[in-house]
Amino acid sequence: MTTSTVEAAAPAAGVPGRRVPRGGRWPAFAARRTVRFAGSLWVLVTAAFLMIHLIPGDPVRAALGMTASPELVRARRAELGLDDPLWQQYLHFLKGLCTGDLGTSTISALPVSQVVGERLPATLELAGLAFVVALAVAIPLGTVMAALTRGGRRRGGELVFTSVSVLLAAVPEFLLSVLLAYVFGVQLGWFPVAGRDGPASYVLPVLALSVGPAAVLARIGRVEMLSVLGADFVRTARAKRLPARLVYVRHALPNALTATLTLGGLLLSALVAGTVLVENVFAWPGLGSTIVQSIQQKDFPVVQGIVLVYGAGVLVINLLVDVLLAVLDPRSTIKEG
Amino acid sequence: MSVRDSRWAAVVRTPVGLCAAVLLLVVVVVAVLAPLLWGERASVVDTGAVQQGPSAAHLLGTDTLGRDIFYRVLVATRLSVLLAVTATVIGVLLGLLLGTAPAVLPRRAGRLVTSAVHTAVAFPGLLLALFFAVIFGVGTTGAVLAIGLATAPSFARLTQTLSASVAGKDFVAAARVAGVGRIRMLVRHILPNIAEPLAVNATIGAGTALLAFAGLSFLGLGVQAPDYDWGRLLGEGLNRISLTPAPALAPCLAVVVTGLAFNLFGEAAAAALGVRPLSPRRTEARGLSTQRPGTVVEPDGAESVLAVRNLRVSFPGRDAPVTPVRGVSLTVRPGEAVGVVGESGSGKSLTALAAARLVEPPGEVTADRLEFAGTELLRASDRELGPLLGGRLAMVFQDPMTSFNPVLSVGRQLAEVAEQHRGMSRGAALAAAVDRLREVRVPAPERRAGQYPHEFSGGMRQRAMIGMGLMGGPRLIVADEPTTALDVTVQRRVLRLLADVRAAEGTALLLISHDVTVVAGTCDRILVMYAGRIVEELPAAELFAAARHPYTRALLAAVPDLDTDRARPLPVIPGRPPEPDRLPEGCAFAPRCPRAEDRCRGEDPDLVTDSAGHRLACWNPAPTPVAATSGGAS
Repeated sequence: MTTSTVEAAAPAAGVPGRRVPRGGRWPAFAARRTVRFAGSLWVLVTAAFLMIHLIPGDPVRAALGMTASPELVRARRAELGLDDPLWQQYLHFLKGLCTGDLGTSTISALPVSQVVGERLPATLELAGLAFVVALAVAIPLGTVMAALTRGGRRRGGELVFTSVSVLLAAVPEFLLSVLLAYVFGVQLGWFPVAGRDGPASYVLPVLALSVGPAAVLARIGRVEMLSVLGADFVRTARAKRLPARLVYVRHALPNALTATLTLGGLLLSALVAGTVLVENVFAWPGLGSTIVQSIQQKDFPVVQGIVLVYGAGVLVINLLVDVLLAVLDPRSTIKEG
Repeated sequence: MSVRDSRWAAVVRTPVGLCAAVLLLVVVVVAVLAPLLWGERASVVDTGAVQQGPSAAHLLGTDTLGRDIFYRVLVATRLSVLLAVTATVIGVLLGLLLGTAPAVLPRRAGRLVTSAVHTAVAFPGLLLALFFAVIFGVGTTGAVLAIGLATAPSFARLTQTLSASVAGKDFVAAARVAGVGRIRMLVRHILPNIAEPLAVNATIGAGTALLAFAGLSFLGLGVQAPDYDWGRLLGEGLNRISLTPAPALAPCLAVVVTGLAFNLFGEAAAAALGVRPLSPRRTEARGLSTQRPGTVVEPDGAESVLAVRNLRVSFPGRDAPVTPVRGVSLTVRPGEAVGVVGESGSGKSLTALAAARLVEPPGEVTADRLEFAGTELLRASDRELGPLLGGRLAMVFQDPMTSFNPVLSVGRQLAEVAEQHRGMSRGAALAAAVDRLREVRVPAPERRAGQYPHEFSGGMRQRAMIGMGLMGGPRLIVADEPTTALDVTVQRRVLRLLADVRAAEGTALLLISHDVTVVAGTCDRILVMYAGRIVEELPAAELFAAARHPYTRALLAAVPDLDTDRARPLPVIPGRPPEPDRLPEGCAFAPRCPRAEDRCRGEDPDLVTDSAGHRLACWNPAPTPVAATSGGAS
């Protein structure tokens, strides 16, 4: 990694190769990451555009049904610009995206951007809360379990922790939703089982979404923490006789977090997907229930708009994870990833 | 073939694997038989018994058309499993195609496929499945294709990774040299070698596909009436969960159990086919009865920075505790440099860690005396130990790369010592850190302090590590192989720095090394350790002339000097040091010792001090070279 040739050279600014000066690391990293983001975004937008054209048969005929008159179908096709050459439609689609015009719902005749704007907050709340809950539970839990079970101590506790977390992680969120709805909604009657109305209605959907990721994160977090606690630099920190709090929080945790957060990003993407199912179980008025409804109604502009939002969400999450990693671990900015 | 069969048989021999295999078998039997046996009963419409709760006639109640839910759940097994497996097969085949394409296609097209797969993998499977469900339309076929296509990217990724690892192997290289074509290479050499891990992952994938399918059907995007799978049954049941839970919970349970069976079987197979967990049992450790504590003779009247008497470190072993440090006694006086030499595994590093109270449970440290700067460490509270060991005792470890925290700036790591133990403010501590970096000759210390360890070179990092030790104004530096990880030219600079620091601050040094020349050149006194005990102690100046322990002599003989006949190979010590859990009886060095006698193999010699203060643990010491040349006998 390093060479001893720099030993004698006083300022490292002119040193070639990997040793990038402190100020120069971030622009290079930002440029590389932006290009990748833009590339993925282009793929997403194009895929969403092509989606409608890949549907076998005529989407307008499919949407309007077999009984619709040929004139109506022709008129609607013209209205949607489906008779133009593909490249023209593509340009039109891109232009619309830039101005925030996602098209018009074929069912409700509302602008898609309006539909998305009304439904997005409910989904964001759900996913965001669930992720925060998962992190807030998993990171302290993983850290504490690592501290308690290090050096092969408390094997019984380790076994219970591992098996419970594996089991919880294996139950899919929508089945968990059903169980939670039954136990806490129907049997105990503590929380409402449907709708988004007041703080109590958030409890079950958020719980259903966060249990799985929390279990995975806590388990991985513990393993990561254990390996970090065995690292030389933790021994150094202990040799400096820093209080245990500082050894864990300042020295060990940031190093354990890098891997945990990478996984957390993947889990957050999966969690966004999970909202689709959970929203449908709890009749949550978000994007997930809307997209399913729109697919069944063949309201393709709405489906297209929501697919774009979900896709962009996943890309943004991946970008944020990379940036966060770069802040936590300065080495990751110089790594090619 | 039989080898592979027996390997798969090993999967069933693990408890988890057996459990999963039995579950899977039950699922398959139900899937095959249920539609034949109960297909009729499951579709009998009974308008007289609509939406009933569980009863004797209908175990789980009836649905909106009065059909028996229990039988419907059983019959649905076939469709649910079949669809999941079909989708997985599509995913695996497509994944194989995409994953191997880069190896066969022209380079640019291959790259395109790779990056497409890379992008697709970032999206969660369910979102991809929804996307494809839109294209293929709502219905069973659409859902199978959607889930198949959605799982393809991850299998493509897996195929790429696996074939890349196989492609790097020798036999593939050999085939390439032999001129085997790319497609033939793929079919004959690469695919057979990745089949097993791919099969394992496909099994796990089938479990995931089952869950995904249940999800799609539950959303109304999968199986459509009059067909039914578990997902549809769940969706129907959920509508009246507030009235009766069984119609929703039963398909739930079926999905979870079957999904778990696939997953567990896959995991068990991965474990059984991948790493072999069973290692051959190590031969039993010898009892501790043959070991005796080293006897302390030295009456140390003089003031000492570090005084250790009968230090023992033990760890719980398989049968009995293992004791890698067995009764070490040593003294370091103020300003003195003491070296500890020995091969790796002799317990010298552990001795240093124990002296700094850095041995962690389950390791256990005992000593008659473990005194640093006048404080008995084994009885001191953590509150006392903090400033004492954190400030007055500096540790320098072997590998400066791994010993610095990679995510904190070097200056910060130095400064926190002063913040913690000298009560300095953040700013003052950082200024002190810069001063210390300058002292240890780190160039441009102000700028360097803000840099991270990976931006330092190896030698500079080790000097910074020494600087970190100096932050608390130490009375003793314990340096554990401080130069081993460094280039030879850098080694000398680090050693010189240690010597300068001692001269300037009057700090004592305990230097641990496997390198006799390093220790001899730096230290005043030398301790030789073997198998957890000190076997000889003597002044560094007399090392070459007066060393008498056969082990010390062997260490010295392995060092070349100007008189060494370079035509002959350097003498090496035959054999290896014993493992701490199977020490030989008697003197631990006896099996490798050219001078060993019967007594050496039966009785462990004590460490005794002669009139010159020279300590030695040997029944049959070598004559000193000086004595030998003058013709004297031992």
